Amino acid sequence: MKNKIMRTVCVLLVAMLVVASLALSGCTKAKETLYILNWGDYIDPQLIKDFETEYGVKVQYDTMANNEEMLIKLESSTSIYDLCFPSDYIIEKLVQKDMLHELNKENIPNIANIDEQFLDLSFDPGNKYSVPYMWGTVGILYNTTMVDEPVDSWSILWDEKYSGQIYMYDSMRDTIGITLKYLGYSMNTRSEQEVAEARDALIQQKPLIKAYLGDTVKDAMIGGEGALAVVYSGDAVWCVDEEEGNPDLAYAVPNEGSNLWFDNAIIPKSSKNPELAEKFINFLNRPEVAKQNSEYIGYSTPNKAALALMDEYWTQNEIYNPPQEVIDRCEIFRDLGDFTSVFSDAWDAIIY
Amino acid sequence: MKKLSAFLKHSYLGLVLLFMYAPIFILILFSFTDSRTMSKWQGWSFGAYEKLFAERAVWVAVQNSITIAIIAAVVATIMGTFAAIGIHSMKKRNRMLVENVTQLPMVNPDLVTGISFMLLFTAIGFTSGYLRMLIAHITFNLPYVIFSVMPRLRQSSNRLYEAAMDLGCTPMIALTKVVIPDIMPGIISGFILAFTLSIDDFVISWFAADGVPNISIYVYSIARRGIPSHINALSALMFVVVATLLVIVNLRSIKQEKEAEVQARKLRSK
Amino acid sequence: MKRTFFSTPYIVWMIIFIVVPMLFIFYSAFIQDGHFTTEFVNQALETPLYISVLIRSIVVALIATALCLLIGYPVAYILSNMKKSTAAILSMFFILPMWMNFLLRTYAWQVILADNGVLNMLLTTLGFAKGSFMYTQGAVLLVTVYNFLPFMILPIYTILSKIDRSHIEAAHDLGANSANTFFKVVLPLSVPGVVSGITMVFIPAITTFAISRLIGGKKYPLYGDLIEDKIVASGNLGLGSVLSIILLVLVIISIVVMHKMEAEQGNEEGGTLW
Repeated sequence: MKNKIMRTVCVLLVAMLVVASLALSGCTKAKETLYILNWGDYIDPQLIKDFETEYGVKVQYDTMANNEEMLIKLESSTSIYDLCFPSDYIIEKLVQKDMLHELNKENIPNIANIDEQFLDLSFDPGNKYSVPYMWGTVGILYNTTMVDEPVDSWSILWDEKYSGQIYMYDSMRDTIGITLKYLGYSMNTRSEQEVAEARDALIQQKPLIKAYLGDTVKDAMIGGEGALAVVYSGDAVWCVDEEEGNPDLAYAVPNEGSNLWFDNAIIPKSSKNPELAEKFINFLNRPEVAKQNSEYIGYSTPNKAALALMDEYWTQNEIYNPPQEVIDRCEIFRDLGDFTSVFSDAWDAIIY
Repeated sequence: MKKLSAFLKHSYLGLVLLFMYAPIFILILFSFTDSRTMSKWQGWSFGAYEKLFAERAVWVAVQNSITIAIIAAVVATIMGTFAAIGIHSMKKRNRMLVENVTQLPMVNPDLVTGISFMLLFTAIGFTSGYLRMLIAHITFNLPYVIFSVMPRLRQSSNRLYEAAMDLGCTPMIALTKVVIPDIMPGIISGFILAFTLSIDDFVISWFAADGVPNISIYVYSIARRGIPSHINALSALMFVVVATLLVIVNLRSIKQEKEAEVQARKLRSK
Repeated sequence: MKRTFFSTPYIVWMIIFIVVPMLFIFYSAFIQDGHFTTEFVNQALETPLYISVLIRSIVVALIATALCLLIGYPVAYILSNMKKSTAAILSMFFILPMWMNFLLRTYAWQVILADNGVLNMLLTTLGFAKGSFMYTQGAVLLVTVYNFLPFMILPIYTILSKIDRSHIEAAHDLGANSANTFFKVVLPLSVPGVVSGITMVFIPAITTFAISRLIGGKKYPLYGDLIEDKIVASGNLGLGSVLSIILLVLVIISIVVMHKMEAEQGNEEGGTLW
């Protein structure tokens, strides 16, 4: 019997090795390589190929699942990445830790295509280190067959009518943030009193909650498994789509205001090839490239010139392209610094 | 009576197998639709398979996952088997110490293990992503190999080894000719567990190495926006290939065993 | 040459890749900005919440391990009584599902357990009432058992398949019935495999985290989730390290206590946990 199992195992192994090496034939090095770390499924892969051909370089494209995990990784001095796409508050942290390369704007003339209201933001004044890549809001995704009243306030998440049908976001910053907004405070508050109020409101809400979910909330909502959920606008765009998602769903940014978020291109100081990374950023901001990319991903582009090229499906879509007053009532996350521990204690009390 | 008991036994195995394979069937089912998430059935289609073969990133990941799983499992199995033999004959105090340390990678959350590797490699400036991942995988495989081999060693007699030595074997020959064949099932199950853990690991791989995407890293990062059906197609394909290979290789040995049985029965009836 | 020599390569490997990385964890637990600190330790010990999460996790892991043993032992036993070649292939089929990615398996469980999922579809077709399975403690336990079951079956099967048939036959010849043979002969002989299986299930189960998040909707968070939250979401590697060291110390203490107890019983052969 031993021999038989051994033989089985050997045959399996050899077969796998053969398949694996066949799969990877034609992988050559030597070319200049750009190492990119980005969210999964967050760029049109065709664009990477286009860039490779146009500039005669190779792009090693790695993916990440989480902002904070990326942060831990970039802090390692042996990090290989030249280009990365973290969110706003992470950039503030990276700047404080002096981990970012100062961009040479001469290599990125296309930054002129970006809508001015998305430049020079609080997390990176003067865009010394970052160029916005995608942006959006946080709001409520609701199922119109279960919710027939207008959704215009966060208070609906505390409505007992929807007990057992509400999903909250499994994220300390987002969940406490919107509760602060609901209570009329700033998401970036430094008041322990206000955080405590938010904590109590969330503990009081807990019995109504079906689950605290991360990325799986979209699946649950598309599957008609809940009435209300907190999601990012970029995901809402395709969740309400007839073909890809569920047309019963709708998205609203409550009147109390919400979070305005940005994912941005940055170059870590440890990059060995910042110039090529700058070229890539510039490439991404060509109007037609930005258009193609944004339409592929479904997240809103900050690129004004690209938006001008897009058709009504996108420009008339209020989730993708929200009216100015929605943007005006939203707030961008700031890094909390030492105050993070107050938030995280509150989060412990809510979850554990 | 005997038939009934055989029936009950087979039904029980069938039930547990059904439990093990229920999610696998779902994965395979969802490979035959062309959808962006598993929450929506988009009608029958082979689109997922077309997409799968067009997506180069998947095949890079497959190659990394498989080669690392195989190399790590082989190295861990060899090193772990020798380690278990050595530990087995240690004095109690030393044995306890080594066994406790061996258990650390099992006790530690993957995240902590992964970060500790990252810190170690960073500290010594070791940059080869592939080797970093390989070392990490070998390390978390080792305890599973050791704890598979140990009970089998306990089961077999020490006297075998000593007898072989008395008969003039060198330690190495006594080991390879006597001890190892005796504990082979433990070694094999250790190898299988190691391979399984390695092919399924995400957290440790992600932190230990840069630039070596494997299947898990690919799946986790893409899952942010739902599990697209081409990932299911990959699982379905992997499953069918492995299962077929298993059956083919085993059919032969089942046949051989049957023939041997028939021979034996003939002999007896004579 | 002594036999202990065979473990030398492993001991070296162990020191470099297990002990040294652990030192880095101890470093981040006790050193902040180059100075020794007990801040994280105090924080961990002064938060009763963390202790209750730990206890809850241990209970969940215990139940999951017991269920794995209960379900897995009969599987291993039946396999070990089958024809060798059939058993060999079947045992492989029990672990094969684990080669499909963990996240995918878990998503598939969501499809099964969801309110409008496969299980409820089945139930309504059979005329039963719909149930709500997702985001319950039961669902978390189910998927945990699912993911660890092969790690229980394989070690036990390995040991059972090696048990000398003549022991069992002798017991039968001496008039023992099947049940008696099993409890008096087979079960005691299979203990090393059982202990090995328990080690491979119970200990990793305490720190598993993704299941309670994806299947439990974070409503029944476990110790692994806590450590993950501290290190990743709050970026507090120090506190996370202390929390995992606490678990480590607990496991080591429990092993030592078990050794002591066994030594007192004068059971030399069972001198180690496994």
